[in-house]
Amino acid sequence: MAKNQPVGGQAPVVQRVRLRYAKRGPLRFTSHRDFARAFERALRRAAVPIAYSQGFTPHPKISYASAAPTGVGSEAEYLEIGLQAEVDPAQLIVALDAALSPGIDILEAVVAREGSSLADRIDASRWLIELPGIEPQAAADAVATFLAAPEVQVERMTKQGRRSFDARSAVTFFAVTKQSGAPSEAAAAPCAIIDLVVRQVTPAVRPDDVLSGLRVVAGLEPPVPPRVTRLAQGTLTPQGEIVDPLEADREDAPIGGH
Amino acid sequence: MSVRSVFPQLEQLLPRVSKPIQYVGGELGAVVKDWDATTVRWALMYPDAYEVGLPNQGVQILYEVLNEQPDVLAERTYAVWPDLEALMKEHGVPQFTVDAHRPVHAFDVLGLSFATELGYTNMLSALDLAGIPLESKDRTVDHPVVLAGGHASFNPEPIADFIDAAVLGDGEEAVLEITGIIRQWKAEGCPGGRDELLLRLARTESIYVPRFYDVDYLPDGRIQRVVPNRPDVPFRVHKRTTMDLDAWPYPKKPLVPLAETVHERYAVEIFRGCTRGCRFCQAGMITRPVRERSITTVGQMVKEGLEFSGFSEVGLLSLSSADHSEIGDMCSGLAEQYADTNVSLSLPSTRVDAFNIDLAQELSRNGRRTGLTFAPEGGSERIRKVINKMVTEEDLIRTVVTAYSNGWRSVKLYFMCGLPTETDDDVLQIGRMAHEVIKAGRIATGTKDIKCTVSIGAFVPKPHTPFQWAAMERPEVIDNRLRMLKQEINSDRSLGRAIGYRYHDGQPSLIEGLLSRGDRRVGAVIRRAWDKGQRFDGWSEHFSYTRWVEAAAETLPAFGVDLDWFTTREREQLEVLPWDHLDSGLDKDWLWQDWQDSMSSYEQDDCRWTPCFDCGVCPSMDTEIQIGPTGKKLLPLTPVKSLRVPV
Repeated sequence: MAKNQPVGGQAPVVQRVRLRYAKRGPLRFTSHRDFARAFERALRRAAVPIAYSQGFTPHPKISYASAAPTGVGSEAEYLEIGLQAEVDPAQLIVALDAALSPGIDILEAVVAREGSSLADRIDASRWLIELPGIEPQAAADAVATFLAAPEVQVERMTKQGRRSFDARSAVTFFAVTKQSGAPSEAAAAPCAIIDLVVRQVTPAVRPDDVLSGLRVVAGLEPPVPPRVTRLAQGTLTPQGEIVDPLEADREDAPIGGH
Repeated sequence: MSVRSVFPQLEQLLPRVSKPIQYVGGELGAVVKDWDATTVRWALMYPDAYEVGLPNQGVQILYEVLNEQPDVLAERTYAVWPDLEALMKEHGVPQFTVDAHRPVHAFDVLGLSFATELGYTNMLSALDLAGIPLESKDRTVDHPVVLAGGHASFNPEPIADFIDAAVLGDGEEAVLEITGIIRQWKAEGCPGGRDELLLRLARTESIYVPRFYDVDYLPDGRIQRVVPNRPDVPFRVHKRTTMDLDAWPYPKKPLVPLAETVHERYAVEIFRGCTRGCRFCQAGMITRPVRERSITTVGQMVKEGLEFSGFSEVGLLSLSSADHSEIGDMCSGLAEQYADTNVSLSLPSTRVDAFNIDLAQELSRNGRRTGLTFAPEGGSERIRKVINKMVTEEDLIRTVVTAYSNGWRSVKLYFMCGLPTETDDDVLQIGRMAHEVIKAGRIATGTKDIKCTVSIGAFVPKPHTPFQWAAMERPEVIDNRLRMLKQEINSDRSLGRAIGYRYHDGQPSLIEGLLSRGDRRVGAVIRRAWDKGQRFDGWSEHFSYTRWVEAAAETLPAFGVDLDWFTTREREQLEVLPWDHLDSGLDKDWLWQDWQDSMSSYEQDDCRWTPCFDCGVCPSMDTEIQIGPTGKKLLPLTPVKSLRVPV
């Protein structure tokens, strides 16, 4: 019925804000869909003037950068929101963080400048992998074997069925750290801690694929599920550094980025 | 002594199960208290999967009411899926609460809310995982009191061996009274152990403790009598009624989950009770009298509930929402308040009349249109008189056509199959009526772009209703009628294409019937079915009819009865029913008269607008109908102009 069509449409976007958020502790089991629902509710709880798409079922203007897998913690998830009124980013952090469950934490907010999109600025991730019950030396040997291989075929179930692909070529850095910091589960048991940098490729190579690779090349089998955290996302420089994707949007950033 | 979280052990298992988020808690509105700073501790369980249990209003209300008490701690637990159950058993992780992941066996009370009987096997799984003996007689002072509530507790006899006590009726005040009794008993040093605590509960006359009652049987298997086996407990246990819903505006802080659940909305109960008098409807019978929440309380709850939760949908719930005395002003007022937002408002719309469409029209003013559902329940006018659902075929067609004319492209129609006195033709009439609806709708709208969905399930007779004496129809007969109806709908291909058809087959309903009207002997069937692996009876992929039939065949003959005896057998007037000692307020003679009236197609009016017909509830419970209108109106809200930043 014509009389029930929305009249006048939705207010336009006047400000775009990019956010970095974390998925911590038990809430690392939040799936991306779960997060998206919770985030939309948080926008309403915090009375954020979010802009909506046009049409009968308007959707809030939110775009996500690649999300960490369910069960993996993250200190570096990114999204962008379109607003119909300008807000102070510092206030936005406080309001949104209070509207979300503890464990889903808003860490940074910057007003987007003209230029590249978030997705354009992300092509690699740094991961921290804790392997309780694995001796650091055993892990280091397995990592060395992995790095020495020209390619490491691993398998994963996908929606299209079981799929085989190379997990080696996407890995740009892979090392067992000196056991700085205790493992998250307090225990006297050994715990290898791994620092891993993986490029975004298709099909995606995820930390668990790299761990499958360790099993394939060196028979490394963690006795309990490993604990994985994404530490950073961004553009990989030739020197192997990951550039913060929000850096180019900051007030004091030189035009042109890093 | 403090109680440790089992999360470190559970956490190792979560990467290996589906949808782990359902087990981690962390919802908005969840409360975690210091164990040692509290004296009475409740574990509240909705015995189904988290996605079904979390939105349950009853549990949310009691959770909030209990946690508002400074010395009381309430946490929640739900049924775990078989994948996690197997891992928990393998690794020795006990049934846990999702709030602070404390083991359920450490609490004072395990309170289970049984909306239906289909949660019984899940209760056994939870007790087993919790390390609590399955049977009440084997528990000690170190185990929680296992307490049943919810609609199914109006006949808890099939689970009498497994529970310690049952509460009938509204829970808001009951949980506080029970808390008081436990607090006092613990302060005194738990005198007399578990038996003394249960005795104190039983003496309230509103808490049923099955172990204090003996059931004697006649040689033919019927019950001879149910009597107290000690002098200090009441012969009959009475239901609870919370009279002033404005004084209990819960949930104030609804639980907002991270996991996806079956309802994602802020739900407000706009009234409790129903006197429409549909003879199949247990909810309408056991929740009398009607008690309305006023328009202003509803408006306040919606405002605060949305601000707290961030939900974008509001449900105005009750057993027949269009019957609220202020529903017109309530709908237009809320529609006005939320006109410029993306909040959608909905009303479960089962009443078959044009007023219902006016209300739905009002609620969809901001362009967010929710579905329209009508529940004529019976296909023929004759059968609708039997069930006391007063609507003529002309009314129904006119109402649905009005919906089409007002822009709804699709409506849902709800029916039941297997009603008392039903014939094949009563069911086939549903198909003919659906054809008429589509024909008339096409003429009225001038388009073929309209649809209706016929949804039909098997009737289950319930305790404390006029149909409590009725025989169930056999599943084969039900399934055959459902097949015939499908053929009837598709007998005209053009019309049939516009009619969706959804049905639930007869076998699960027969088992629900066994559990609904069973007595203590049915406990053996539940135990056997559970031993055979039966879980999640409300889920077709987990329900096994064969398993239940085998369990019944292996256990009931020892008592001289069988599955048919409990389900397809009509009861006589003087038969002692398993729940006769449990007082819902309804006068058994009135129920019998209404059952007889039903057989002669004599209809019963609603006591809200005709004189009292003596169902018995108000005088025996010392309650009265509480309806408006208050004459008040909802005023527009002031729009929020800035970010809501906590101070």
